[in-house]
Amino acid sequence: MGLLNKLDSVDGFDSGNIVLTSVESLLNWGRLSSIWQMSFGLACCAIEFMAANASNFDMGRFGVIPRPSPRTSDVIIISGTVTLKMASRIKRLYEQMPDPKYVISMGSCANCGGPYWEHGYHVLKGVDRVIPVDVYIPGCPPRPEALLEGLIRLRDKIRHQTMVKHTA
Amino acid sequence: MLTEFGQVFIFILLAVVFVAMGLITNWLIRPARPTPEKQLIYECGEDTAGPAHLKFNIRFYVIALAFLLFDLEFVMLFPWATVFGPLGPPAFWMGMVLLVVLIVGDLYLWKKGDLDWVLPPVVKPRLDLLVSRDRPRFRPPAPTPAKQPEPADVA
Repeated sequence: MGLLNKLDSVDGFDSGNIVLTSVESLLNWGRLSSIWQMSFGLACCAIEFMAANASNFDMGRFGVIPRPSPRTSDVIIISGTVTLKMASRIKRLYEQMPDPKYVISMGSCANCGGPYWEHGYHVLKGVDRVIPVDVYIPGCPPRPEALLEGLIRLRDKIRHQTMVKHTA
Repeated sequence: MLTEFGQVFIFILLAVVFVAMGLITNWLIRPARPTPEKQLIYECGEDTAGPAHLKFNIRFYVIALAFLLFDLEFVMLFPWATVFGPLGPPAFWMGMVLLVVLIVGDLYLWKKGDLDWVLPPVVKPRLDLLVSRDRPRFRPPAPTPAKQPEPADVA
C-alpha cells in the first residue's frame, strides 16, 4: 500500500477518477503546506538562508520548519559551496530523507560551482552531480526574497505532482 | 445507563480507535521505499564509529543530580525574586520554606562529600622506600616468555 508510492512513478494509476484526484490534491496541499527543511548550511548562502528564516522574511509562514534530522525532513536546501569532502555527506543525508523529498540548490556554488568553476580543485561543480535538484536559485548569494521565490516554485511543483501515470 | 467504569471503557475504546485510525491512514498514504543507505544509523552523514552504548563514569551521575538541585533552586527563585513582590509576606515565607528545604539538601550533599570530584587514591612516593635496599629491583623483561624464577627479595 502507500498512495504516495505512485507519485510521479512509472507504475502510477492508469487513470484518475474524481475520488483519486481529490485525494491527490488534498495530499499535495498538505505536503506543500508543511515543507519541513533540514537545518543545513554550508557557506555564505547560509547567512541569507538564516535571514530568510528569521522574522523579516519569515519562511515559517509557508510551513517551513527547520528539523534537526533528515528522518523528518522534506526538503534539503543546499545553501553554499559543496566541497568534494562534503559531497559524500550530502549524498548520504539526502539518501536518509524519507520520500517524497526535494532539493533546493541555492546560489551559484551549489548550481554550478560558482567562482570555483575553473580552478576550484576542491569544489563539486554543481550539487546536481550527486543528488537530483528540483529548484535552482541563481545569485551569489541570492537574497532571501530569491530563496522565498524558489520555495514558492517548489510549492507549485508539489501542487502539480500526480499519482496518475503521465500520458504523452 | 452506563456506570462510571463504562465511561472509562468508552474512553479506552476511543483512544484505541483514534490511534488505530491514525496508523491506518498513514499506512494508506505513506510511501515505503527503504534502501540500505536510508536505513543506516543517522550520524550527521558520517559513518558510525563505535557502539552507541557508551559507559559513562559514575561520577557524572552525582554531578547531574547536584545540578538538578541548583537548577531547581534557580528556576523557582527567579520568578519569586522578580515578580512575586506584590503578593506580600505569604509569597516571601513560601520562598523561604523552599530555600530552607533546598539548603538542607545542599548541606547534606556537602556533608556527604558529593560536591568533591572523586579522585583515584593518590599513592605518594616515599623517599625511604625509593632509596632502600629492600625495594624490588628493576629487571629488564625476559627475552623469552619462558618461565622465569621470581626474583627473591634481597635480604
